[in-house]
Amino acid sequence: MSEHILLPEGSIEKQTTTLNLGPTHPATHGVFQNILELDGERIMQATSTVGYIHRAFEKIAERRPLYQITPLTDRLNYCSSPINNMGWHLTCEKLLGVTTPKRVDYLRVIIMELARISDHLICNSIVGVDSGAYSGFLYVMQFRELIYEIYEEVCGSRLTTNIGRIGGFERNFTNAAFEKLEKFLDEKSGYPAQLKEFENLFSRNRIFMDRTIGCGPISGERAMNYGFTGPNLRAAGIDYDVRVHSPYSSYQDFDFTIPVGTTGDCYDRFLVRNEEMWQSLSILKQAYQKVQEFKGAEADIFHADVPAYYLPEKKDVYTKMEALIYHFKIVMGETAMPVGEVYNSVEGANGELGYYLISDGGRTPYRLHFRRPCFIYYQAYPELIKGGMLSDAVITMSSLNLIAGELDA
Amino acid sequence: MLSNEYIQQKLTEKFDDQLIDWQEPYGMLTFTAPKELNLKVLQFLFDDTELNFTFLTDLQAVHYPDNKGAELAVVYHLHNWKENIRIRFKVFTDIQTPDVFSATALYQSANFMERETYDFFGVNFVGHPNLIRILNVDEMDYFPMRKEFPLEDQTRIDKDDDMFGR
Amino acid sequence: MARPVQYNNTIKFEGIPEGYMGEGFMATNFEKVVSLARKNSIWPLPFATSCCGIEFMATMASHYDLARFGSERVGFSPRQCDLLMVMGTIAKKMGPVLKQVYVQMAEPRWVIAVGACASSGGIFDTYSVLQGIDQVIPVDVYVPGCPPRPEAILDGFMKIQDLVNAEGLRRRHSDQYKDLMESYGIQ
Repeated sequence: MSEHILLPEGSIEKQTTTLNLGPTHPATHGVFQNILELDGERIMQATSTVGYIHRAFEKIAERRPLYQITPLTDRLNYCSSPINNMGWHLTCEKLLGVTTPKRVDYLRVIIMELARISDHLICNSIVGVDSGAYSGFLYVMQFRELIYEIYEEVCGSRLTTNIGRIGGFERNFTNAAFEKLEKFLDEKSGYPAQLKEFENLFSRNRIFMDRTIGCGPISGERAMNYGFTGPNLRAAGIDYDVRVHSPYSSYQDFDFTIPVGTTGDCYDRFLVRNEEMWQSLSILKQAYQKVQEFKGAEADIFHADVPAYYLPEKKDVYTKMEALIYHFKIVMGETAMPVGEVYNSVEGANGELGYYLISDGGRTPYRLHFRRPCFIYYQAYPELIKGGMLSDAVITMSSLNLIAGELDA
Repeated sequence: MLSNEYIQQKLTEKFDDQLIDWQEPYGMLTFTAPKELNLKVLQFLFDDTELNFTFLTDLQAVHYPDNKGAELAVVYHLHNWKENIRIRFKVFTDIQTPDVFSATALYQSANFMERETYDFFGVNFVGHPNLIRILNVDEMDYFPMRKEFPLEDQTRIDKDDDMFGR
Repeated sequence: MARPVQYNNTIKFEGIPEGYMGEGFMATNFEKVVSLARKNSIWPLPFATSCCGIEFMATMASHYDLARFGSERVGFSPRQCDLLMVMGTIAKKMGPVLKQVYVQMAEPRWVIAVGACASSGGIFDTYSVLQGIDQVIPVDVYVPGCPPRPEAILDGFMKIQDLVNAEGLRRRHSDQYKDLMESYGIQ
């Protein structure tokens, strides 16, 4: 930070300019406002305002039975909505005491890692767009379309997926889904080749490195105190990953490493996300292989055997009495819920996404709270950009991967 | 290795009988502390080299309208990364004087979380640097997450209750 | 991953409007020419707040290219844009901001409400969400969906193009339009 000219003491002119990096700004991905006090081009102070997309999820969740909350969780971090869905189903399963078979776990891992890739993909390419390099975004969005096609094969929708059920999935993965997955994982024409090309464009690019190195750094202890989790924390040097520390959905069966940075600046965050995409590709290959090892009757399992919480098949509903009763109870939301409180967390694309669910035995939760990683680490933003330039503030914001839906919930 | 019994033992040694209602729902140690002690408990859990709960995972509140005298519960979730143990503790406060000490001096992450709790439930965090509404509009004069307030916007004229039963 | 364009060669081209042609001149209706120019060069202002914004990003990307309709340059300055694309939930806190952006746009301006939340509040019937942006600004086209597929967004965009084509030059000065603006409280 070089010396810059300040106005003399006692000058009647205001030392700093107030700039409103307002809710509608091309660089803010989502709506949050920052009022910056600038001295020339240096940022002296910043005040953040959030809440421009507050949709009262927690209040809505108090009126909905468990299944109807899944579409709400979609809209938290909408770039990687399957992870939110899976996290919610895992929380419900923890509350209800449901264990899922291994094949379901591996299929869940496939879907979650695809979602993680799609989120990191957007984040890294948008860092590129914000620093002026638009082409990287266009190259990788093609593969996001392929990921959307895989989601469509399983659940029918592209972005806000509402995927899965308590205990598994709503239908078995079709052969077309696995073919598309193979096409995605193909070394020569699939995502690995494109990711290599994307890396070539950015990782050792002189201009990109000059823009992002030293921009918005944070130390590990400070990040921990600010409640950072996820790639932003790992870029600061601390290797905390919920998938490794409290494995869920059989993550302990997979072999992967956690990439860690050193200074916590934008370049480290970019590289950590990039490497996490490679790790996710490796996990996907392992999971796909493990799923293919199930043969015969085991290859048809796609949900746990919990008729009390998992909608029975339609043909059973029309012919058998118990299935009809279970169907009625689940759809009307009258299934028995235990009394208790549970906190469960998954490794979302931005960090530890936690669900705190208090149930009082009624058909809807008594209280549901989402521990949203973006909301918590956004508090560090004024400190990260202090002393930096205005354009650095823009790059820092996009490298933190702030998703407005998750900020405000 | 830390275990829930050991943590409970250490806490009862330090704070005697003031910490009550020890439970372990789904494996997570939960207890209740009186509201004057919440900072002391947080500080003890942070500083103690064996307990080492240095990460505040979550801070929010629950409204129990039927518990007269202790309607609002502020719930803290803490996490010890080295041993991978989580702990939850609650602090109950009266709805007429909902003053709770703020944890912002100890954890920077409590800043927004306490503002959100204030915005939704009206818990007044004493010592918070900037306790104003965060997610709702600034002119709102009630605390929406409390149980007595409805979900929908009551000023709508185009939706009637017959068709959209509320 | 270049894919040779060998299948998509039935592209619809814009034709010349009808008129009387001669050696080096063409006489036609002025409105037709202006409409032709306007409808094929709409510059959108993406007001992307939430999930529909990500589907808009997919629409802007190369697979469902929006640029082939003339919207190569998405601007973020209201003064320079024709079409305000509101994508995503608008909360009550955001309503005044949206109105401010709309008021700053220069005539002629159109508004497309993309997604269920912008059209009518969507699945969020709560105290904090504006139940449809037509409570604060006049809307021309509503695109339903949660989120709408990029094809749906393109369909909505093409309907805006039809509206632009059929509009004529005098609509913005007519009494009906002035009454519409009065009803929203916009000068």
